[in-house]
Amino acid sequence: MEPLMAVTIGILFAAAIYMMLRRSIVKLVVGLILLSNAANLLIFATAGMLRGAPPLVPQGLSAPANMVADPLPQAMVLTAIVIAFGVLSFAVVLVRRAWEIVRTDDLDKMKDTDT
Amino acid sequence: MSPEIALPVLVPLMAGALSLVCWRSRLMQRLFAVGGSAGLLLAAIWLLAEVNREGILVMQVGGWAAPFGISLVADLLSAIMVMLTGIIGFAVAIYSLATTGRGHEAHGYFPLMHLLLAGVAGAFLTGDIFNLYVWFEVMLVASFALLILGSEKAQMEGAIKYVALNLLSSVIFLVAVGLLYGLVGTLNMADIARRLAMVEEPGMVDALAMMFMVAFGIKAGAFPLFFWLPASYHTPPVAVSALFAGLLTKVGVYALFRVFTLIFHHHPGYTHEILLWGAGLTMLSGVLGAAAQFEFRRILSFHIVSQIGYMMLGLALFTPLAIVGGVFYIMHHIIVKTTLFLVSGIVHRLCGSYRLKRLGGLYRSHPWLAVLFLIPALSLAGIPPLSGFLAKFIVIRAGIEAEAYGVTAIALVVGLLTLYSMIKIWAEVFWKSPPSEGDAAPDPELHPRELWLMVAPVAGLALCTLLIGLYPAPIHALAEASAAQLLDPQGYIDAVLGAEAVP
Repeated sequence: MEPLMAVTIGILFAAAIYMMLRRSIVKLVVGLILLSNAANLLIFATAGMLRGAPPLVPQGLSAPANMVADPLPQAMVLTAIVIAFGVLSFAVVLVRRAWEIVRTDDLDKMKDTDT
Repeated sequence: MSPEIALPVLVPLMAGALSLVCWRSRLMQRLFAVGGSAGLLLAAIWLLAEVNREGILVMQVGGWAAPFGISLVADLLSAIMVMLTGIIGFAVAIYSLATTGRGHEAHGYFPLMHLLLAGVAGAFLTGDIFNLYVWFEVMLVASFALLILGSEKAQMEGAIKYVALNLLSSVIFLVAVGLLYGLVGTLNMADIARRLAMVEEPGMVDALAMMFMVAFGIKAGAFPLFFWLPASYHTPPVAVSALFAGLLTKVGVYALFRVFTLIFHHHPGYTHEILLWGAGLTMLSGVLGAAAQFEFRRILSFHIVSQIGYMMLGLALFTPLAIVGGVFYIMHHIIVKTTLFLVSGIVHRLCGSYRLKRLGGLYRSHPWLAVLFLIPALSLAGIPPLSGFLAKFIVIRAGIEAEAYGVTAIALVVGLLTLYSMIKIWAEVFWKSPPSEGDAAPDPELHPRELWLMVAPVAGLALCTLLIGLYPAPIHALAEASAAQLLDPQGYIDAVLGAEAVP
């Protein structure tokens, strides 16, 4: 399972960077979305891929009896997903407003504030 | 257990919540803005006094013991930074009473300002690296919304660059946190530092250090990664610019200081060498960028970049004196840079433009404003007896003592070029006669009360830099003590985990 996960994450990162290097701001946002999903999957993968091993402590013991999946990265991923959702929805609205005001989606034409 | 650590986060959050409740009442929002930021300042003073008296304070949130729960940790550097946040927040809150238009206030300027201050204070106080990410995001979301308040064309263009690069930096930070967790299995920064010393894969640790350096370097505006900063900082309303200029990049610098003194100090020959050259190039590229600009706030934005270089230089040299210099420089820079942005706002209000070509003659018409500009400007360039002289002096002396002559030479040249930029603004805005074509009509109806509200914070901050310059002993002692704490990570680890923690 881990090798498959690693390859998927790699492809997601590559696709995200490719999209971010395009000139259109819509593709830039698509790239950002892919990028944050790739990061989330990567953290998820650090927990270890264990099927059907919830981190529950049986009654009478102070630690789980067998190998269990680490719950902390999953909590981190949940937090990161929520944050990314909020921030990316802001980015989508920003792109729309920017298109309404600047009337272009080409990053090369948005040079007024540079230099 | 010391509850006063949480106050600098809770006060602005509460003030923000209350001003959201009073969404329709302009008066209440303004009252909460001043009251909330004054409360933050008081809480920060209390915290600094406590930390100065008792050493590092730790609060385990929710009563969960150290490596498992989230710890809030206040060492001297954190307390100093929170204190500066309070000063800047208070000054900008008063200033924005006069400059923020009704439209901006109706769209939630003040709640967002409180949220930004809470995020900044939280980032300074947390002792948990994932929690640091969360506070970064709180701060970023608030800054995104503040940046586009008003929705002008330039703001949109600037905001896209700002948002894209800051999100990229957040993702790199998040990935680095995930990989670090995979390596050491903990998120508490003190615990990470303890366990990382036992990890036997130096290559992996160096790679992680570089990921953190890139992530925080983007936030701080360091050399190859600063392009979002001068593209966006001159676009929002001036009070927002001043707040950003004072606080946001310095959160990145603080994170660099924290991570590279506490966690990644095992292999300084590699990481700190890169930081060193990054610092030199940051100084140089920032100041050269400023030399080519002829717009008030753009010049100042590029100078933020070049000043970040001095702070990084303090960290990169990694000698006791250099860290003292770095901390001193942060204190000086936050105050001075905010003052300069606030002055640019007053000039804009009086003459209706930020472009140097359209300004002029202010020395004749408003000599007091010229003095208020000259104090922070000369301080930025490092002219004695102002605070900037001492800050630069310590950093450069540390550079010579560490025999890093190349970077020290750059630092000296950059000081000179900073003076050139400041003199350029002085000559164009204050000295030359006003431009003859009068299309930039000055704002006729400037109420004396508004002017007073704008001048009071500027005068207060200028007084701060003057006082630091004339009577530096207490501030210097503070910087020295905090550098001593930074260079002794074991003290931080013991304070968070308890001295009896088994390795």
